[in-house]
Amino acid sequence: MSETLANDLITPDADAAPLLSQPDVSMLKAAPITRLSLRARETTLKDAGSAFGVELPVQPMTCEIGEKRAALWMGPDEWTLLAPADDLKSTFDSIEGKLEAHPHALVDISERSEAIIVSGEKAVWLLNTGIFIDFSLEAFPVGTITRTIFHKSPVMVWRTGTDTFVVEAWVSFMDYVSGLLVQSARELEAA
Amino acid sequence: MSQPFRTEKGGRIERAEQLTFTFDGEEMHGHKGDTLASALLANGVHLVGRSFKYHRPRGILTAGSEEPNALVGIYRNGDQTPNMRATQVELYQGLEATSQNRFPSLGFDIGAVNDRLSMFFPAGFYYKTFMWPKSFWDKVYEPVIRSAAGLGKPPKNPDHDFYGNMYAHCDVLVAGSGPAGLAAALAAAETGAKVILCDEQAEFGGSLLSEVNASVDGKSPTEWTGEAIAKLDAMDNVTLLTRTTAFGYFAHNYVALVERVTEHLSSPDPKLPRERLWQVRAKEVVIASGAIERPMVFPENDRPGILLAEAGRTYLNRYGVKVGHKVVVATACDTAWQAAFDLADHGVEVAAIVDMRETPPESLLSIAKARGIRVEAGCVVTGTLGRKRVKSALIGRLMTSGKVASGGQIDCDALLMSGGWTPTVSLYSQSRGKVVWNADMGAYVPGKSVQKERSTGGAKGLYGLQATLEDGYAAGEEAAKAAIGKSAKITHAASSGGEAGEGGTLGALPHDRNAAKVKAFVDYQNDVTAKDVKLAVREGMQSIEHIKRYTTTGMATDQGRLSNMNALQIASGALEKPVTDVGLTTFRQPYTPTTFGVFAGVARGDFFDPVRKTPSHDWVVKHGGVFEDVGQWKRTWYFPKNGEDMHAAVARECKTVRDNVGLFDASTLGKIEVVGPDAAEFLERMYTNPWKKLAPGRCRYGLLLNDAGFITDDGVIGRLAEDRFHVTTTTGGAPNVFATMEDYLQTEWPDLDVWITSTTEQYAVAAVQGPKAREVIAPFIEGIDLSNEAFPHMSVKEATFCGVPCRLFRISFTGELGFEINVSRQHGKMMWETLAKEIEKHNGTTYGTETMHVLRAEKGYIIVGQDTDGTVTPQDAGMTWAIGKKKLDFVGKRGLDRPDLVAENRKQFVGLFTKDPQVKLEEGAQVTSAENPSTGTPAEGHVTSSYFSPALGRNIALAIVKNGHALDGKTLYVPMPDGSIPVEITGPVFYDKQGARINV
Amino acid sequence: MLLVYCPHCDVERAETEFSCRGQAHIARPSDPSQTSDEDWVNYLYVRANTKGVYAERWRHIHGCGRFFNAVRDTVSDKFLKFYKAGESMPDLEALAKEAGK
Repeated sequence: MSETLANDLITPDADAAPLLSQPDVSMLKAAPITRLSLRARETTLKDAGSAFGVELPVQPMTCEIGEKRAALWMGPDEWTLLAPADDLKSTFDSIEGKLEAHPHALVDISERSEAIIVSGEKAVWLLNTGIFIDFSLEAFPVGTITRTIFHKSPVMVWRTGTDTFVVEAWVSFMDYVSGLLVQSARELEAA
Repeated sequence: MSQPFRTEKGGRIERAEQLTFTFDGEEMHGHKGDTLASALLANGVHLVGRSFKYHRPRGILTAGSEEPNALVGIYRNGDQTPNMRATQVELYQGLEATSQNRFPSLGFDIGAVNDRLSMFFPAGFYYKTFMWPKSFWDKVYEPVIRSAAGLGKPPKNPDHDFYGNMYAHCDVLVAGSGPAGLAAALAAAETGAKVILCDEQAEFGGSLLSEVNASVDGKSPTEWTGEAIAKLDAMDNVTLLTRTTAFGYFAHNYVALVERVTEHLSSPDPKLPRERLWQVRAKEVVIASGAIERPMVFPENDRPGILLAEAGRTYLNRYGVKVGHKVVVATACDTAWQAAFDLADHGVEVAAIVDMRETPPESLLSIAKARGIRVEAGCVVTGTLGRKRVKSALIGRLMTSGKVASGGQIDCDALLMSGGWTPTVSLYSQSRGKVVWNADMGAYVPGKSVQKERSTGGAKGLYGLQATLEDGYAAGEEAAKAAIGKSAKITHAASSGGEAGEGGTLGALPHDRNAAKVKAFVDYQNDVTAKDVKLAVREGMQSIEHIKRYTTTGMATDQGRLSNMNALQIASGALEKPVTDVGLTTFRQPYTPTTFGVFAGVARGDFFDPVRKTPSHDWVVKHGGVFEDVGQWKRTWYFPKNGEDMHAAVARECKTVRDNVGLFDASTLGKIEVVGPDAAEFLERMYTNPWKKLAPGRCRYGLLLNDAGFITDDGVIGRLAEDRFHVTTTTGGAPNVFATMEDYLQTEWPDLDVWITSTTEQYAVAAVQGPKAREVIAPFIEGIDLSNEAFPHMSVKEATFCGVPCRLFRISFTGELGFEINVSRQHGKMMWETLAKEIEKHNGTTYGTETMHVLRAEKGYIIVGQDTDGTVTPQDAGMTWAIGKKKLDFVGKRGLDRPDLVAENRKQFVGLFTKDPQVKLEEGAQVTSAENPSTGTPAEGHVTSSYFSPALGRNIALAIVKNGHALDGKTLYVPMPDGSIPVEITGPVFYDKQGARINV
Repeated sequence: MLLVYCPHCDVERAETEFSCRGQAHIARPSDPSQTSDEDWVNYLYVRANTKGVYAERWRHIHGCGRFFNAVRDTVSDKFLKFYKAGESMPDLEALAKEAGK
């Protein structure tokens, strides 16, 4: 995990057994984290960034990363702000406090989704069993974040390293997503 | 058993590795590298199946995926896969194959009587015969046709294999790996472009694998192919896929490939998928699908032992198999001569080369002469003899008059034929390209590119090894340049030999036989003869599309790749129109038959669809709850106790909630957080109800219409703060409500300062309902005075539940005192288990969706989508109270004023009592005014909800009935198969009409 | 499966990430109460459904969630232009000409 983005923020859940551990690819459940959805207009971005501690990216599908903070571009007026699980209230309150004068919407979505960390030489191969995105480094460089579809489930994919991806799905979809990834990885064990 | 037709040497089979297989139970041997077809031929087996309609004995015709006859069933793991082309089935140890379409055996087949009776089965037979009497259709015709129809027998068991999926992107996709495809891949790969090269065969190389009379860069074609593949394999930017068919070319260069992963293996690793669907998005596509040889349409051209000439050559050179010991070669083109020469060189007696041309090229004649081969120029095969294997060929001499004079007969045990070559334009045609007629070639070739693709080599009618290689290089370079803007120098291979041939023929050939009695097949698989095509024209079919459907020519699994050109020529003659005016039918996906399994992919069993569970799920499973599917959600339906059936469980749950208290999982309800300074204004515009004056801490029932004025959703909305609302939606409606809100927000009112966020899965929701609800939750809630005065019905407040933050709503969907507690999802399990335990202390119960439905029906609360069907207005539903009268606009307001929506005779929401309280109505049953209305009488409405009501001790129902609001107390009927059920119209509220129980 | 360009994400993605919402540039009448029955019905239900060059609403529903418009030749499925919601309708005839229709 040492060479990945936001590795002080996205960490494996120490209590959970690995979902998949093969020589070429592994899947770990990520530990809980604070997720805030921020919706705002352009004029608000500067203040929002300084309140959060990390600037909000304006380049589509990119992220900005600070110490134990990450801001992910989800849409032209939508960001997901990540912080440690324990910082939920303080982060929420500090942004709300700073943005009082600006029209905006800040909503706690920390537990709406779960994340898994898919990593290894075959991570791209495995994701491409269900996601139609071109994950070559030219087309999808490290740091790229996007929502997309995995088979029949909406997911979010964030490339945090050359061979490391964070895959998020709404909680009730995660069994489907991780289950299918595990099933699809099975053939890698074949002789 | 020995392999009497195996050559001494040569071919690409591994002679050291002998494999045992069975065909119709008979054990035979072959070698690694064989196909089932080549192994059967090595054993002297030509008869492999019976034809579709006439049950004529049929043999192997081709060596490729266009094979129409040699369709077999392959047994594996106790089940069989039908209709596998023996020419594509790779031999493995223990392979079990059976012939099809015969009874009781391949040698003696009762259905063969159809052949003798064929005068009764002309083209369009089905359309003409099974028209009358009507009553015969389901009793007589259909069962007979069903049992006789179809090819092969479907497998009986669920598919025990699984299938993989892979999405891929590339710069250049090359479909086909003959000389053109290989050269294209080499040229494209050299530029650094990402290349995928696929080929339907087990080995790359295409025609190079059976070419022995040429050299490439001084090497044998197979050696050169091996080196080229090794080079490509070593490049990181190249993906090589054998056993992979590009079967579908779709819009925007989306090409579907199917990779057969394990079918060729004797005992595949169970971890491997049987097949994998590759969904490729290619910047550029090179179609290198080659060309196939055309059969000659002469009488009895379908006997076992009659093959295409190039197939005979492929079996010889690639598989080391002689198709016979004494072979006649019938042709109208040069290339077939090489087959004769190659066979002769392997010691096969070539009885004659029968060439329709008066003067075949001198170069060929001299080679034939040197080998002592008899040549019959200006002659044509006019028929064949031999029932289960060709015994001899009838020869006719072509006269200048156009007539044919009998030229005797030549004995043989195999006949190779070549009517020339047809470019395989299927993929080009699928890409929506229009083929154009090339008169010089006598073929349709690809025209203008519609998508980013180019055909190369045989696929565009270019033949000859060197020309094909050159064209392939050019195509690869061009494709890479177009895809990534780069070029690279690559040394082009120089070849000798493998020259293009001249000549060919189209359509039915002349003969001196009784035209009424002979059959000359155009489409082998569907048993369509030249006569059938002519008959179709006589009977008025003008368009080739009609002729195709009337005769079924070109509707076989090869989609007419073998037959189309001959059929077209025959139709052109019969219609007295040039071929170009007749047109060509479109080739559609899939290129070759493709399994349902690969299309289904992972979408089967547990992964057919996402199964969404709530935090109470495990607890419910442990406590024996029964689930129902609500969309993708698993919701608890009811909780049977001590062997209760559903009726008893629901009755108990209902009574317990009304008497004491019940706990219900409402987590699946859609939740949307509406936040921003304009939040109230936005809801004001979306919902029928007024929102601006709703005080923070209060909730209101919200009714959502579409702009047509019809009810689309509902739910309770709580105002948490001036600028923050917690909106709930129906479980099934959540995504649509969200999408509709986004639509209005983004495209109609982008100036509003408000944003919506789905929080459905952020919260777990427990509904505690019943007279003792307050006592149940009180021990766990901190931060709220729960008294009726301080926290009345329709209140919302943030507090804590067992110390964790919660949003507490005081709302009711049962008509009882009720609360809904929202905690963040991770605490949902804790909340459920805490409350489930607590509720027992108060003689309460957990309850499911069925009880929820009964309780709400007793109160006349609608379920959107069950009591409404997209045509119900608030007036129809008796819910005008939900409309903000002073509002100037909201979504649906203008729609409600439309003439049809304010007209008389609208169907309205009412309650129904069956006259006999014990009788329960069927949901969906029609409501009529007459007891036994005559057929065709329109119904007055229908039953939307029907339950036994424990509180009333009788059955109740809700319905939508024409003018229902004015019919209170009137009797209507619900006609059912067992008799008409009289019902009395009543109001929809059955229980606690004053609503006193809620406000306690 | 079409390839659709999202002008907000500046990326081409497969059709399954998007939902097509029919003809573009049909505005909800600004004062519905003053709109005639006929005009309201036209707003609700009447669409051109052009065989040929057609401006459509699309939403990148499984991406950024934003609406945008696209001009598509409904015969060939070729997209001729993508633009954000709120931008004015391009000259469809000119686009058709450019595409050689």
